[in-house]
Amino acid sequence: MDLVRGFPPTRHSALVSVRSADATERARGLATLSSVYWRPVYSYLRFRWRRPHEDAADLAQEFFTELVENDLLSRFDPSRARLRTYLRVCIDGLVSNHDKAAGRQKRGGGVEPVPFDFEDAREELERVADTVQSPESLFEKQWARGVFATALRRLRDACAQAGKAGHYALLEQYDLDDARPTYAELAQRFGIAVTDVTNRLFRVRRELRHVVLEVLRELTASEEEFLEEARALLGEDAA
Amino acid sequence: MTRLDDGALSRLRAAVREPDLSRTKYRLAGVAGTGGMGTVYVVEDTELKRRVALKVIDVPDAGIEARLRREAQVLARLEHPGIVPVHDVGSLPDGRAFYTMKWVQGDRLDRALARPLPLAERLRLFLRIAEAVAFAHAQGVLHRDLKPENVMVGAFGEVLVLDWGLAKVLGDGELLPVRDTGESAVLGTAGFMSPEQQSGGSAGVDARTDVYSLGALLRWMAADHSPAALRGIIAKAIAERQDDRYPDIPSLAQDVSRLLDGKAVSAYRETFFDRAVRVAKRHRIAIGIVLTYLAGRALIFLFTGR
Repeated sequence: MDLVRGFPPTRHSALVSVRSADATERARGLATLSSVYWRPVYSYLRFRWRRPHEDAADLAQEFFTELVENDLLSRFDPSRARLRTYLRVCIDGLVSNHDKAAGRQKRGGGVEPVPFDFEDAREELERVADTVQSPESLFEKQWARGVFATALRRLRDACAQAGKAGHYALLEQYDLDDARPTYAELAQRFGIAVTDVTNRLFRVRRELRHVVLEVLRELTASEEEFLEEARALLGEDAA
Repeated sequence: MTRLDDGALSRLRAAVREPDLSRTKYRLAGVAGTGGMGTVYVVEDTELKRRVALKVIDVPDAGIEARLRREAQVLARLEHPGIVPVHDVGSLPDGRAFYTMKWVQGDRLDRALARPLPLAERLRLFLRIAEAVAFAHAQGVLHRDLKPENVMVGAFGEVLVLDWGLAKVLGDGELLPVRDTGESAVLGTAGFMSPEQQSGGSAGVDARTDVYSLGALLRWMAADHSPAALRGIIAKAIAERQDDRYPDIPSLAQDVSRLLDGKAVSAYRETFFDRAVRVAKRHRIAIGIVLTYLAGRALIFLFTGR
């Protein structure tokens, strides 16, 4: 039995949805895109463009608004660049235009602000600031973090919906906590047998793999690009 | 949700890479290493009650999958003590291709030689590597990616040549489905790759290509203490032009063997002094006995006058 039976069937590309005429579809695409990329965008603005926290958070919001309103993805060609590279170029353009403007005018245009925790991102960046090699490498790392964070959120919701919240809790305690408990400790905490711990962990990790690849598919425009991204995230050279 | 720090990210990556071994006879026991198309895990074969190594690709990719299967096929035709034997090949329930092979316990050559080892021992190790590659050549298989990371040294000094993912089977044409790089793909590893490999494609690649890589490996293994004759062997093996190299691996191995035995090598023209030193070293025991005898006689003569 699939752990998360009832998991939504493979979704459409978020890159297509963002450009849809249908507002609901557009919002769904933007939600996926921003859920993976808000942290990389914010971090890039802080490190590449040396923007203070407030400015970077505002500009990140503005960036996602522009992405939809100005249909920036219409010019994205996956055969010429990866989406991550293209988005960085778009951010550079946004900052440069923004600097030319006399004053920033916040725009809305029916696009909801991105509801993300920029304060948390700020704390994290200030902690790792000394170890950042380049804004680009930080962008890559934050992208990987964004993909996993999005996949984990989906997995958590799907597990809860399937009445298997305990499976997710096992994963959370075993793979996310720095103080990794033993299987026996987990068995005791959850009041189940050790074999149940290993079986459930196996199933929930397998599902996580499925969801991670699904998120990557949604954020890519071609099979070739999907494979490139999967290699970048999971391959031997992954950071 | 817990914050994803670097540690959590790394654990999640490892978790997501983990092979789906459900409905197979294998049970995961650990990770042996990564590289060369995917990750190698140590697994328990529950039917035969033994541990084997399971190599699986990390991401779904038809090109890499074909390479992995081909590597298994190449290994299957190379039955030699210096080449890791393959046991099984197939697809896991998650769709990824895998093969299993003997689990080799030991150190990679780069780690094994991090410990001090006399030059003669290093040369003997090299000869065992060369012997395995020469066997593959006799079966029509070129390795094309010989380097320290692709050689395993067992606890008893046994040597296994690994990672035949870039191997070329002579006569089969270029069968490896390499990713399109826009031009001819460059296969191999810098520092150990022959000039003909660096120029891309497989045209001009033959046994002398592996001779070059073995020469580079020998240079790396000999490190700082190469006598002139060894430097000559290395220089001939890694010559820019293929025609200037040893024509095949047995010729290279023969020179290294002769060097070990204190004999003259084909790749180096000795001076009279070199020859005297070599002969002296080779016959040092006999020379020692004669010198001891002569010294004894001299002392006797000195004190007894007889």
